[in-house]
Amino acid sequence: MSHEHPPDERSEPADMDLRVRALRSVLEQKGYIDAAALDVLIDTYETKIGPRNGARVVARAWVDAVFRRWLLQDGTAAVASLGYGGRQGEHLVALENTESVHNLVVCTLCSCYPWPVLGLPPTWYKSAAYRARAVKDPRGVLVDFGVTLPDSTEIRVWDSTAEVRYLVIPRRPAHSESMAEEQLVSLVTRDSMIGTGLARALDDMR
Amino acid sequence: MNYRSRADLGGQDIRDRVVPEPEGELFHAPWKRQVLALNLAMGATGAWNLDTSRSARETLPDYRSLSYYEIWIQGLERLLIEHGLVGPDEIAAGQMLHPARSGLRVLHAVDVAVTLARGSPTQRPPTVPARFAVGERVRTRSAAVEHHTRLPDYARGKVGRIDQVRGVHVFADAHAQGLGEQPQWLYTVLFSARELWGVDAAQRQSVSIDAWEPYLEPLASATRPASGAGQPPA
Repeated sequence: MSHEHPPDERSEPADMDLRVRALRSVLEQKGYIDAAALDVLIDTYETKIGPRNGARVVARAWVDAVFRRWLLQDGTAAVASLGYGGRQGEHLVALENTESVHNLVVCTLCSCYPWPVLGLPPTWYKSAAYRARAVKDPRGVLVDFGVTLPDSTEIRVWDSTAEVRYLVIPRRPAHSESMAEEQLVSLVTRDSMIGTGLARALDDMR
Repeated sequence: MNYRSRADLGGQDIRDRVVPEPEGELFHAPWKRQVLALNLAMGATGAWNLDTSRSARETLPDYRSLSYYEIWIQGLERLLIEHGLVGPDEIAAGQMLHPARSGLRVLHAVDVAVTLARGSPTQRPPTVPARFAVGERVRTRSAAVEHHTRLPDYARGKVGRIDQVRGVHVFADAHAQGLGEQPQWLYTVLFSARELWGVDAAQRQSVSIDAWEPYLEPLASATRPASGAGQPPA
């Protein structure tokens, strides 16, 4: 197992398109699905529910201490106040990265992920390599993402084995004090909310 | 009985690099969109629950050689057949050959947003007090079980500390087997890397899992000796 391409791409049969169309036809003919609902579902996760939702949550937590405390105490309610929640985010917990603790989220058993705030998981989050290595060698995984943390920082890995979904609040970048909430949103990357990345440094924005 | 999950990958000796991906790269082929939507739409009919569908996917014999959405389409076909909604002959033919089963809730386009926003909360009101309190040391179940479970292999028979009490939640092990919700207290249990991986594991590194109460026993009454490696987190 040394292939470099994402496992999602490996040697898929050429007839997958046909296979899926066949199944869809059967389900439509049997009246189990509404074809229009499929389009709405796809559109929802392509254009409405994605990591920009989580970025808004994080930016609010950075600028509003009361919201930040609420988010850490009751993630589900605080996130709901911004209009996000529901499927695969029914029970949300926010984890705050600090100088001394860095949180990293994984699902070793499948692909559990906080959909309402991050959307669908990236390919690597679902890969065997990430699921195998994140719990045992998180620092090695971080290196794959170009992230090196000081030895003094504790790495805390959260394996999402039940229906609690975790959202990492990355550290606010240095020198961002004068930035408004709307500008801060663009510093919050998806990976920083999983714990495999950091928020964008201001130098990266120039 | 020989239930075997092929999806329990935590700590396995897989050395592939993790390959980052830009935000916004969601589906790498059009059929994958369809597989996602078909799974969500059929899940919303209530014909099975989320734990049943995880169980169907994780026991696919060739799980490890399949890509993610291949697992999802094969898992869906399997659920449809096992629940008598679709025949294997219909899947092969790509058309309906038998009468449909009635009584399913069909997810309509106008209801998608509200259905997703509602989700399927798993928390239930407690009927008994929690057995464990924050800070208490516990040992996880060491035996393997012959059914779907959410206690990963790497965390079996390990000593950890209760980090959070998460309330009472639908018990995945029972729910997946069609035995009802059987809600149980759920805890976040924290382990040191040394407890999980041995004395050579990195310092200042810990892993938590979310574990239902039946996975745990109090350390004092644990019958098996410690597995040798390391200390529970301070």
